[in-house]
Amino acid sequence: MHFSLNFAPLAPYWPVFLEGAWLTLKMSALSVVIGTALGTLVAFAKRSRRRLISRLCGIYIESVRNTPFLVQIFLLYFGLASMGVHLPTFTASVLAMVINIGAYAAEIIRAGLESVPRGQIEAAECLGLSKWRIAWHVMLQPSIEKVYPSLTTQFILMMQASAIASQISAEELTAVANTVQSDTFRSLETYIVVAALYLALSLLVKLVAWAAGEYFFKRRRTVRRAAAQTAQAARRRAAAARAGNPAASGTSAGNAAQRSVS
Amino acid sequence: MIGNFSFTYLGYMVQSVGWTLVLSALAFVLGMAGGFLVMLGRISPRRWLRLPTQVFIEAIQGIPLLILLFIVYFGLSVYGFELPSIVAAALALMIYTSAYLGDIWRGCVQAMPRAQWEAAECLSFSRWQTLRLVIIPQAVRLSLPPTIGFLVQIIKMTSLASVIGFVELTRAGQIINNSIFQPFLVFSLVGVFYFVLCYPLSRWSASLEDRLNVGNR
Repeated sequence: MHFSLNFAPLAPYWPVFLEGAWLTLKMSALSVVIGTALGTLVAFAKRSRRRLISRLCGIYIESVRNTPFLVQIFLLYFGLASMGVHLPTFTASVLAMVINIGAYAAEIIRAGLESVPRGQIEAAECLGLSKWRIAWHVMLQPSIEKVYPSLTTQFILMMQASAIASQISAEELTAVANTVQSDTFRSLETYIVVAALYLALSLLVKLVAWAAGEYFFKRRRTVRRAAAQTAQAARRRAAAARAGNPAASGTSAGNAAQRSVS
Repeated sequence: MIGNFSFTYLGYMVQSVGWTLVLSALAFVLGMAGGFLVMLGRISPRRWLRLPTQVFIEAIQGIPLLILLFIVYFGLSVYGFELPSIVAAALALMIYTSAYLGDIWRGCVQAMPRAQWEAAECLSFSRWQTLRLVIIPQAVRLSLPPTIGFLVQIIKMTSLASVIGFVELTRAGQIINNSIFQPFLVFSLVGVFYFVLCYPLSRWSASLEDRLNVGNR
């Protein structure tokens, strides 16, 4: 028994690893987009005044959030197969992920919707905005902006949960790892490489989410720029005061004096 | 061999719920101990302690639990560490839990107002005394809802131990399904069992959070 990590036997497998990572990324991206759309719908439906709809949405959210993803994927894949619907593993995994992320995203977005002040909605109604415009401009956009960090966290968790799809033998990163390690008998090294790949994917998702946030949330950008400008102006004023600049301090003092006189 | 679902199977499932609970309890208790250390490291004034803990948290949060489980179980076994599956599962869950709980608790500790640290300093408390007598008792109250919320996650995550052959609820479901092949019924039942375990905890966590939030409403 000796301890020596040897990554050399894994080198020929790098295209296989990359392919697995690509599939993981594709699965995650697809399910994040569809799942968030579903989550948004469910979030609005949960707030619906019709008891039946909101009750149904509540059941959906709670049942998904309180059962393991592994069981959900088994139920979907094997359960549907036993009823004669044979889904390809890719479709089944994406479907399970959409269902899963839909429930989590719904809960997160609903928290954002709840935090929109009642007055803003009423103000928008007074301005005669249509129901859809209120939902989109006044409710959804600000709430997504607010809950964006938790949504990102959820997406990264979902990306990692896609590893579980290997259990219905979808050929993503983890399944690839299992194949490679049974080929090379280098299990520890294989899993370390895969862990590093997942880490890289997580960082990538974080980066993309951050960039998308910067791009889409103009208001945040504007607010930050305004804050920076204010700070810069304050700094300049302070510097001017320290330097004893008669022009800068003199005019402001003069203005203040004038104002107090009038 | 396709048979009918009988009460024997149900009994087997109930029995395996026990193992799910055992594994969850192990992971939770060990993870709390680890998470406390991680939290201490993360808020430490010493850079050489703070930095590695942060790297640890970031790394573990970027790796799926399944891979962690494989590293501990299959990875180490090649080198002669043949861990029983429950030990491997508990170890992997502990590492995972301590990273997440450490991060959650760090947030709660850092949410305590700065002035409290300063006041304790004025009373000439040591750093450890401040933490023990002033900060942590208040932070515990704040951290209760997210910690219970994470306990729900742990219970759900123990289902992954089925992959390395530990017979808990999900694995029991698989075994039963292999013999009677009624996946829809079997996995629905497994799901119901998990729901019964998790839902009360979720509700508890939510109600605690509401109660903490009273001042903000």
